[in-house]
Amino acid sequence: MIELQDIWKTYADGSHALRGVSVRIDRNEFVYLVGPSGAGKSTFMKLIYREEIPTKGQISVNGFNIGKLKPRKIPYVRRNIGVIFQDYRLLPKLTVYENIAFAMEVIEAPHRVIKKRTMEVLELVGLRGKHNSLPQQLSGGEQQRVAIARAIVNNPAVIVADEPTGNLDPETSWGIMNLLEEINFRGTTIIMATHNKEIVNTLRKRVIAIENGIIVRDEMRGEYGYES
Amino acid sequence: MKVSTVVRHLREGLKNVVRNGWMTFASVSSIVISLFILGVFLLLAMNVNNLASQIESQVEIRVYLQLNTDQAKINELKNAIGNIPEVKSVEFVSKDQGLELLRKSIGADGSELLEGYDSTNNPLPDSFTVEVFEPQKIAYAAKQIDAISKADETKPITSVKYGKGTVETLFKITNAVRNIGLVIVAGLGITAMFLISNTIKMTILARRREIGIMKLVGATNNFIRWPFFIEGALIGLMGSGFTIALLLFGYSRLVEVSQFELGLMMIKLVTLKEAGFFVSVLILGLGTLLGIWGSTLSVRKYLKV
Repeated sequence: MIELQDIWKTYADGSHALRGVSVRIDRNEFVYLVGPSGAGKSTFMKLIYREEIPTKGQISVNGFNIGKLKPRKIPYVRRNIGVIFQDYRLLPKLTVYENIAFAMEVIEAPHRVIKKRTMEVLELVGLRGKHNSLPQQLSGGEQQRVAIARAIVNNPAVIVADEPTGNLDPETSWGIMNLLEEINFRGTTIIMATHNKEIVNTLRKRVIAIENGIIVRDEMRGEYGYES
Repeated sequence: MKVSTVVRHLREGLKNVVRNGWMTFASVSSIVISLFILGVFLLLAMNVNNLASQIESQVEIRVYLQLNTDQAKINELKNAIGNIPEVKSVEFVSKDQGLELLRKSIGADGSELLEGYDSTNNPLPDSFTVEVFEPQKIAYAAKQIDAISKADETKPITSVKYGKGTVETLFKITNAVRNIGLVIVAGLGITAMFLISNTIKMTILARRREIGIMKLVGATNNFIRWPFFIEGALIGLMGSGFTIALLLFGYSRLVEVSQFELGLMMIKLVTLKEAGFFVSVLILGLGTLLGIWGSTLSVRKYLKV
């Protein structure tokens, strides 16, 4: 479902973020992306949701050739990919409900469907009572739950999460991980970049390690492998 | 686009105006300030133009006839002059009327000068006072009147006078005043454009993140653009509405207050009725366009990511 073939990414300043990466991630997999800062993890993820295009190589997501996508088509591909960030990236002036519903308004879903589905995902992430709150009134963990709810509200095939627990305390992090596992269990592919050794070593999944723009390790039920 | 989406865009545009209260305030203020200055100069230019037209319209041709021209000849000449396309009206001024007018224009101080003159020994010739449609063509009309006389063997016209030289200078001045007014108004218009679009650009710069998130969840560029478009139009409408209210109120007060004093100087301001519609439409159109232009231009910049 996600396939990278000999992907190179060189930025305008001449730095090589990825140097010949080939990997295949199947439907319903849960993949940890590990490696030192600046190794190319974020670039890897940005290529998947088409924030960046590869300098060389082919990348396909859900059967779309991402590198050759016409700009006009990008929004439609993104609707099938939920993205989660370390800093949540919620719209600060919208309520929790509006933040989530926004992702459905974008695809022009009927009003009634939006309402039903938004309340459904709020229930799933455990924030049903907070739908009228503004992001700033919530704790970090709650904000990340809102971000996750927004990412899954349109039932995407893939979730890309860039250090989703990076700003959270251990206990809250585990709550988020349980949620992601639940979402994965329901059939969504998850790719998660992380520096959290404890999580990777406890909740065993496929681990892809990137260093200097190259995949140095790819193991099923792998370990974190770095000192944290 | 679905109807529900149109409603959504309108709602979002309206909400954004409220949500970004301070930014809206800043944009509306910058529109009000720049359009107000523009409006003041526009009204000034309209009045200057009006004044110039008033002065110009007072320009007329005097056609002096030979002494003892008979009535038939006078009628013939009057018709001939009236037939010149540029001529608006021809009025016969008999020598007695001429004397009367001269007495009036000299006034009481110089009344002795004309003492002893009456209809029996009136030294003045009969004359015509000719008005033209376009004051700028007065020299041409005068030349044609002269030609009528030259074609006639009795040469009934002794002279055609229209203040040659003086009139040309007057036109030079009024034209210069008009052009300067136009340049100032155009310059202010352009300044207003930059000021407003800059303010709006800043308000949208603050919302770059918002646009980024919209793109991330798969919003199409048009979907992102519409609420900003509506927001810009609303800001423009609010700003220009405010400006128009301010301008019209201020101007009506000015006309009222200055009526008497300016009236003494024979200056008549353009009435609110004459100026109001033009100024309102211009400012409303300009304000709305600027609001839309500023917001769509700025959004476009961040849509490229």
